[in-house]
Amino acid sequence: MSMQKDYIKMVVVLTAIATVCGFLLAAVKDFTAARIEQQILVNVKGPAVLRVLDTSTNDLFADRREITVEDRKYVVFVGKKEDKIWAAAFESSGGGFGGDIGVMVGFNLETDQLAGIGILTHQETPGLGARVTETSFTDRFKGKPITTVFKVKKDGGEIDALSGATNSSRGVCEAIDKTIKLYPAIKKQVLEN
Amino acid sequence: MATSKTLTHEFFKGFWEVLPPFRLVLGLCPTLAVTTMAENGIGMGLATTFVLVFSNIIIASIKSIIPKKVRIASYIMVIATFVVIVELMMKAYFYSISEKLGIFIPLIVVNCIILGRAEAFASKNPIYLSAADGLGIGLGYTMSLFLISSIREILGTGMFFGMSVMWDGFEPFSFMVKAPGAFICLGILLATINRIANK
Repeated sequence: MSMQKDYIKMVVVLTAIATVCGFLLAAVKDFTAARIEQQILVNVKGPAVLRVLDTSTNDLFADRREITVEDRKYVVFVGKKEDKIWAAAFESSGGGFGGDIGVMVGFNLETDQLAGIGILTHQETPGLGARVTETSFTDRFKGKPITTVFKVKKDGGEIDALSGATNSSRGVCEAIDKTIKLYPAIKKQVLEN
Repeated sequence: MATSKTLTHEFFKGFWEVLPPFRLVLGLCPTLAVTTMAENGIGMGLATTFVLVFSNIIIASIKSIIPKKVRIASYIMVIATFVVIVELMMKAYFYSISEKLGIFIPLIVVNCIILGRAEAFASKNPIYLSAADGLGIGLGYTMSLFLISSIREILGTGMFFGMSVMWDGFEPFSFMVKAPGAFICLGILLATINRIANK
């Protein structure tokens, strides 16, 4: 009987601790969520957007808006040259080798070409897949028309993969491909407002 | 020992008597991995201190209801909770340093100093002594990480807190900021401190 009581006590105590910890973490996560999002916006997305739409003359940061496409919200950064909208950038992700690769993709709305891309987040292998963040790779996408098949050559596309990092290159292509599909709807809404 | 259990003693022992990582040779993973810059050393030390103080307080206050057989699981749950809290807080308020420390923040969970203090101290002592113990050991650890990271940053890059401090034409020993430099630096400091302690 006493052994049974011991077991019950163990289960009760562990459950109680886990419950309290769970609630506490949920509360802290809730409390910090907005602030963390803001930090990522300033520290990760901001610099990427500035690189991607580097010829803009407006405050890219202030001129961002939320656009809803098929019930999903996208934060779109709008680039202007002398008050004329010329570009828009938004993010997407694709599955790389070590996890999702977040990519900021900028579009030139006048020519329907990629204005540039920037890698936001990744967990690729340093020295191999992690080279997708280097400009030698990201520049391969600059100026490509949106009709380009964004797949690596091995998969029948038009993009040179990084040697030794095919999967990481695929992830980036996948992310861009997703943005291409959203592009017409987002372009329309950006130019309308 | 039993007679010297005062608040001040429990607090100050962390600065010399059981100074981690030199006197208690625990918590070496962050000591070696993140101490390339003084800023990182302090950040890591303070994050660890926060977890140590709060896990010690909580464990000391619930120790009487925890069955002996599941005590380690309970301690780890408490510790892990505070580690996640510290991780989220750093991301929210000190983003750049949390990026630099990266995976080593979640890895505070497995820092033996914390479970060590929970098991060796907080589970046997009242709350206020456990808090003093956690704070003293944590600050001692911060001090040690600051010492190692300062040496490595100054010798390895010629900078201190990102500012140039060495004379013109100083050639940095770049190996000091790499892994072997960490081992050598820690080894020399350990030997020196053992030498002083054994006198």
